[in-house]
Amino acid sequence: MTDTPIKAGLSSPAFSLALPRLGGFARDVALRLLPPVITIALILGVWEVVCRQAGSSLPPPSTVLDTSWELITDPFYDRGGLDKGLFWHLIASLSRVAYGYTLSAVVGIGVGVLIGQSTLATRGLDPVFQVLRTVPPLAWLPLSLAAFRASDPSAIFVIFITSVWPVLINTSVGIRAIPQDYRNVARVLRLNGIEYFIKIMVPAALPYIFTGLRIGVGLSWLAIVAAEMLIGGVGIGFFIWDAWNSSLISDIIVALIYVGLVGFCLDRLIALAGRLIARGATL
Amino acid sequence: MQAYLDISHVGMSFGGKRTSVVLTDVSLTIQRGDYVSIIGHSGCGKSTLLNIVAGLLQCSTGGVLLEGKEVDSPGPDRAVVFQNHSLLPWLTVYDNVRLAVDKVFGRTKTRAERDQWTRHNLALVNMSHALDKRPNEISGGMKQRVGIARALAMEPKVLLMDEPFGALDALTRAQLQDTVMDLHQRLGNTVIMITHDVDEAVLLSDRIVMMTNGPAATIGEVLPVTLERPRDRLELANNPAYHRARAAVLAFLYERHRAPSAH
Ligand SMILES: Nc1ncnc2c1ncn2[C@@H]1O[C@H](COP(=O)(O)OP(=O)(O)OP(=O)(O)O)[C@@H](O)[C@H]1O
Ligand SMILES: [Mg+2]
Repeated sequence: MTDTPIKAGLSSPAFSLALPRLGGFARDVALRLLPPVITIALILGVWEVVCRQAGSSLPPPSTVLDTSWELITDPFYDRGGLDKGLFWHLIASLSRVAYGYTLSAVVGIGVGVLIGQSTLATRGLDPVFQVLRTVPPLAWLPLSLAAFRASDPSAIFVIFITSVWPVLINTSVGIRAIPQDYRNVARVLRLNGIEYFIKIMVPAALPYIFTGLRIGVGLSWLAIVAAEMLIGGVGIGFFIWDAWNSSLISDIIVALIYVGLVGFCLDRLIALAGRLIARGATL
Repeated sequence: MQAYLDISHVGMSFGGKRTSVVLTDVSLTIQRGDYVSIIGHSGCGKSTLLNIVAGLLQCSTGGVLLEGKEVDSPGPDRAVVFQNHSLLPWLTVYDNVRLAVDKVFGRTKTRAERDQWTRHNLALVNMSHALDKRPNEISGGMKQRVGIARALAMEPKVLLMDEPFGALDALTRAQLQDTVMDLHQRLGNTVIMITHDVDEAVLLSDRIVMMTNGPAATIGEVLPVTLERPRDRLELANNPAYHRARAAVLAFLYERHRAPSAH
């Protein structure tokens, strides 16, 4: 007697719940995808209309597609010298970023950890860092060219010096923000310096460190594109400058879109790495 | 005879120029297996006293002897259960306890024994079902259980607990009190527990240490609780001795040493 109503009561809501949930999922996707798609369509539309007019100095999207078709569809061609597809330029830029950014991550985390330990060091060095971190990337370039007398090391140094500050400052803030409770746990357990570093300090500061690393990778990308314009050679920055010198405005626009997309991917990559490493850790 | 834990004439002041005296002349001896509660109004210096015994703070005058040896730094022989559990959020429940086990028994137990010992202690507090959970995936009561397991796993000479159940709701608190009472019965550990809760103090303790109000707080009175063990919270409700002890603590806290009105 009691069996039937309970069964019915259980099964019918289950069915009726499943349907709106499926519909809800589709709606969710639509709600997420539609706004950016509409925005992009609107931007392209306005751009097309504005730049179609006679006497416009910039090409409309249709012209960009038309004139830079090879650049868009074949990023891998290589005719020697600087005449390469965008892929090769991006790879060249990214490899410089890889060197400079790795260096700034290692140095930034290392020095940040050391400074974060000591109130005195923080007080002394923080003003210096705060000033240095506002120096624009390109302002370092002449100095580093003078020091290294070669373009590649100079570009890498510019990346390093631009992106090291957020990593360093965030790391030291993260170290200083370790709750007293964790320190007390370490003291009761009598963890030694190395154990404390590996088991408490690094994991506790990880969210801060990754925030710094994320800001740093964005700055690296900013810096390399700007620096390459001046130092030349293979690289997306010089590609843009070269296109400007040859009045290939469509190529510039295509390259800019690639620069934006790569920067976006770099940011997401670091964010993902941070999430994977610090999974489950909420501080 | 020599006491197991001897807190003698401990005084504590903070600050450089304008020193504030928090504790004066606190003396207390505790025998092996004793369960001692410290009760007193907020800010009187209970945590300070516990941290001195833990070695996390250095007292300004007097000293603490554990089995005749002076306490001057923290160590696993005086394991602490902190009020806010202070589990490491990036480690699983198992790894939080294992970290302590590895550190304390790294030399004396094999890897398999340490694994066994970690699981055993988590089983003592009924947390075997959540070994691979992280602290943010379990409830406040469960976190406190893991904190207790971590402290027990160090096989401390004295177990120090700073308001271990303070942040819990009444039902969870009662469950945990029963767990701790049962563990004390089975393992016979020596415990110092800070509490704000009069019922908790009477239910769990052999002695209740009542502190006067700060500044310059000290021990006002020590009340022995002679109720037979094992104790049962339901039966105690009709036990006159229980009510007498309760009334004595309440009288101390709310008649003779009322909280200063400026709070
Ligand atoms: N590091 C410190 N420096 C200066 N004063 C301190 C320090 N630690 C504690 N005090 C002072 O010592 C007094 C006692 O603090 P304590 O934390 O021991 O109190 P408590 O009895 O544990 O209070 P509660 O019940 O609220 O936890 C307080 O007045 C506090 O301001
Ligand atoms: Mg306290």
